[in-house]
Amino acid sequence: MSAALGIGAPAFAQTPTSAAPQPQDLAALRATIDQLRQQLDTLQQKVTALESAAGQAPAAPGQPPAQAAGQPQPPAATVEVPQGAAGAGGPGGALPVYGNTSALSKIFNPDIAVIGNFVGAAGTNAVAPLPALRLNEAEVSYQAVVDPYARADFFLSASPEGLEIEEGFLTLPTLPGGLLMKVGKMKAQFGKVNTLHSHNTPWVDTPLPMANLLGGDEGLNDSGLSVSKLIMNPALFLEATGEVYNGDNALFKSYKRSDLTYVGRLRGYRDLTEGTNLDLGTSVAYGHNDASPDSTTRVIGVDATFRYRPLRRAIYRRFIGRTELFWSRRGDPVADVSAFGAYVSGEYQFAQRWFSGARVDWSDRATDASLQDRSGSLLLTYWPSEFSQVRGQYRRTLYADGPVANEFLFQFLFSIGAHGAHVF
Amino acid sequence: MKRTSTIVALLFAALALAAVPARAALNVVAATQDLASIAQEVGGDKIKVTALAKGYQDPHFVEAKPSFVLTLNKADLLIVVGRDLEIGWLPPLITQSRNARIQPGAAGYLDPSTSAKILELPTGQLTRAMGDVHPLGNPHYWLDPENGKRVAQAIAEKLSAMDAANAPYYRQREQDFEARVTAAIQRWKSQMAPYKGLKVITYHRSWANFADAFGLDVVGYVEPKPGIPPTPQHTLDVINAMKAQHIKIIIVEPYFDSKTPNSIASNTGGKVLVLPPSVGGVPEASDYFKLFDYTIGLLTSAIKDTGAK
Repeated sequence: MSAALGIGAPAFAQTPTSAAPQPQDLAALRATIDQLRQQLDTLQQKVTALESAAGQAPAAPGQPPAQAAGQPQPPAATVEVPQGAAGAGGPGGALPVYGNTSALSKIFNPDIAVIGNFVGAAGTNAVAPLPALRLNEAEVSYQAVVDPYARADFFLSASPEGLEIEEGFLTLPTLPGGLLMKVGKMKAQFGKVNTLHSHNTPWVDTPLPMANLLGGDEGLNDSGLSVSKLIMNPALFLEATGEVYNGDNALFKSYKRSDLTYVGRLRGYRDLTEGTNLDLGTSVAYGHNDASPDSTTRVIGVDATFRYRPLRRAIYRRFIGRTELFWSRRGDPVADVSAFGAYVSGEYQFAQRWFSGARVDWSDRATDASLQDRSGSLLLTYWPSEFSQVRGQYRRTLYADGPVANEFLFQFLFSIGAHGAHVF
Repeated sequence: MKRTSTIVALLFAALALAAVPARAALNVVAATQDLASIAQEVGGDKIKVTALAKGYQDPHFVEAKPSFVLTLNKADLLIVVGRDLEIGWLPPLITQSRNARIQPGAAGYLDPSTSAKILELPTGQLTRAMGDVHPLGNPHYWLDPENGKRVAQAIAEKLSAMDAANAPYYRQREQDFEARVTAAIQRWKSQMAPYKGLKVITYHRSWANFADAFGLDVVGYVEPKPGIPPTPQHTLDVINAMKAQHIKIIIVEPYFDSKTPNSIASNTGGKVLVLPPSVGGVPEASDYFKLFDYTIGLLTSAIKDTGAK
């Protein structure tokens, strides 16, 4: 368009320079003007046509993704510049663009955080000794919304054993029928401790039944599919979860494709007062084990958590009492083994940054129920801030097949990056 | 094996039991009682409002209780404070709510902070060495009644879009609310006018917008950095600053320990004022208007008592 005008303009500009305009000159001038008008009209029509075509094109890359199907979109599609905020440094127009692709990748980067888990141990333990000093784990998390229908969470765990995908799953929170679905590698919804990352437990270690009956400190963590649903009722929060896993994990073994692991959980929760609540659950896990291709293991768990946190003093006081009971029945060609394990634990926050705790735990061995390990712990935790934590744990363990272990464990936890929300 | 399959089958059967709740009035859930109060003003009897966090609770540290999941599951509209105030508890609740209507970006999700005047927007590099800083600015913006009007406008717009039949009703109620706030602002400002520029200390950075609206000068905080508990050295610095600048008023939110503020006050002849930063923070602050009536009433009488200038 500017090129066309550029060609037309000099012709127009030259005309008035000729001295004493003659009638034929005027006529020529009129003709030129008419010609230019026509050219302009044609151009205008072309521009209008182009503009309307652009309007029907798919959304520009900078526009927010469309709403979920069936969601009415609010009429305002433009970015609102907050009233009064512009002067205070708020968004005052377009976002800075440093180059298309790089700007896009920055804007849509997931939330990234790294959590360091440093554990030290002193004292004696002949059965399951921990190293004196060790960076147990560096956990890297990447979390973001995928599209209007899903979000994704990745937790990569780097430890002295190597780098592994601790969890990596897709969550579909907007499925019809009020279902919440997760697909990927994840911690099975079995009880309470099994669902927690090592830096979220209230102890330096994990309780004995985890190691003896749920396959190790890592617990039940596998690739699979999880569906859960709220069962609406007037009395309490009730959630049912059904999960299917590949079947090759610390607890189960898959000999063929159909040897899957099944996990089911029913969880009930109720506020007792505004500051106290009770959380109850029962879980079951079932799959084939490593004794023989025909042997199966079934673990049933029951968990109860009582929480007290006065709302007015929420940052200074809280008490959590928790217990979990595990019943394992492990099939074996020689003889089936029925084993039991449990822990009872309490944590009390007595100042803004200080927590004390105690735990007793005991468990039979899954492969030999006549062997029972027992242990007791006392804990003290200090939070310099929300993002770091120092913890000490005195632990006395009576192993069924070894000498008594008296240990002092300590832990430094530190987190950088995005502020992750604390799952209840 | 058979028994286990039965259990699994029963669990899946339980999953299939879906109850679709019937709805009449729009079900609005607000993250705080402040937003609930404004939403009620706009929505009148056409909406049913529930607040998640109580006014006497620190809104940064709310527990993501499953009972909130049930509340959110039934919501048609979720109104959040925004500016990352609820980052520590609300996102997992929204994910677990199984409610497509209120997911961030969906039609039933409203963050009115996008149209409010936000203070303390950080410039330059941010690190956590500065404490628990809010990278998106100070989220306590509702404490400027002008922002209350902006929030009401945003809510009215959203409600009108969701419930077009009642749009004139929402618009009329919103205009009425704005008129009453404008009148109240005049009253509150004239109450505070004699003390313009008065220097105060606050516990947390909750009062930036309040100070901006009513001409207070917040010169220091009991917390050395946001979210970091008081340290002896910092407390001493605050005492010295108060003595040097003749500061008499220490404003403390109801959910903080008043031990350190009390010891500062006794060392400086100042006065500790427990002021609710939110509706519901004390029983007297039962709605958005009474919140300011109460705080300004308490503040002005304390200023008179201490002879602060």
